[in-house]
Amino acid sequence: MLREEALKAVYPRLKDQVVVTIMGAVAVELYNLGHQPNFFYLEHGMGLASSMGLGLAVSLPKEKVTVLDGDGSVLMNLGSLSTLARYRPPNLTHWIFDNESLLSVGGFPTATGTGTDLAGIAEKAGAESVVLADTIEAAEEAFAEASERNGLSVIVSKVEAVGPASFAMDIGLLENRFEFARHLAGLDGG
Amino acid sequence: MPVSVKNSEVLFAALKSAGISLISALPETWLVHLMRMADDDPDMTLIRLNKEEEGVGISVGAHFAGRKSAMLMQNHGLLTSINGIVSVAQLYRVPLLMFISYRGDMGERDPWQTEGGRVTEPVLQALGIAYHKLSDPATVAHEIEQAQTLAQSSLRPVALLLTRDLMWEE
Repeated sequence: MLREEALKAVYPRLKDQVVVTIMGAVAVELYNLGHQPNFFYLEHGMGLASSMGLGLAVSLPKEKVTVLDGDGSVLMNLGSLSTLARYRPPNLTHWIFDNESLLSVGGFPTATGTGTDLAGIAEKAGAESVVLADTIEAAEEAFAEASERNGLSVIVSKVEAVGPASFAMDIGLLENRFEFARHLAGLDGG
Repeated sequence: MPVSVKNSEVLFAALKSAGISLISALPETWLVHLMRMADDDPDMTLIRLNKEEEGVGISVGAHFAGRKSAMLMQNHGLLTSINGIVSVAQLYRVPLLMFISYRGDMGERDPWQTEGGRVTEPVLQALGIAYHKLSDPATVAHEIEQAQTLAQSSLRPVALLLTRDLMWEE
């Protein structure tokens, strides 16, 4: 499955949620589908997107929060899987796209390519709902279910190590940051 | 355990007066009473971390959602959080308020704390983080309020170092 196609399939739901992406290909692909003020692209600080999602989810209990994460980032902050499972915010979806590589820096293989099982780790960390979704249909279904259910949802999708042709995004880091915070301030989700 | 309950109470009340409603923390001896108070207070959300850097992400998320938060950690937790502080909190101009127990400074008896104590202030200086040492319970409320004000106006991390004189009784 291509991550870009999975994102396209769930975009109608995603565009109404508070979304945090990691840097690189995921950010660009979501941005290219149509930027929204409720989308935040974490362009550095690898591993902390899931922690940000936790901070957002516990502070905005009426909003659905989705973190679009990757294997490289999750491997840098495995403890976060345990913290998320410990506090299990009912409005948080943690979607990990696993392409078994650090694609954005040249495609170096990560440990998921040699057997590390992120879904297994999330499950054993205590997450109550961990779903594998490796096809477009499965991804659509898993995200629809995660969006409806009241509980922490973890989705892990194996995807091809393919990224966008260009990594250009016509939005500044701080522009994105202030727009995102201003948008959240206007929500009645507090 | 001679960690000061009275001064921990003063600190906790000051944290609440500064509008903080979410604390992320990793236990350390000097912080035990503060963490227990945070856990017992229904108006305070306490998130126990596995490693301190997670707390940077949590506070950044909380800030974007309009909520005031703080990190509670040992100075070695500051050292392990540096990348998050630089490449998220500073990069994205987030008023991250950090309460850091200042182990390894004058009076420290544990040899294993001393290297962290030696580098804490130089590291904060190198990062360009405004910091202040809290040592007098009579003035901490005012000092915390001022740190919060500076963090919110500068949109940058601010550190408060909890000293032995404030936290330890013997």
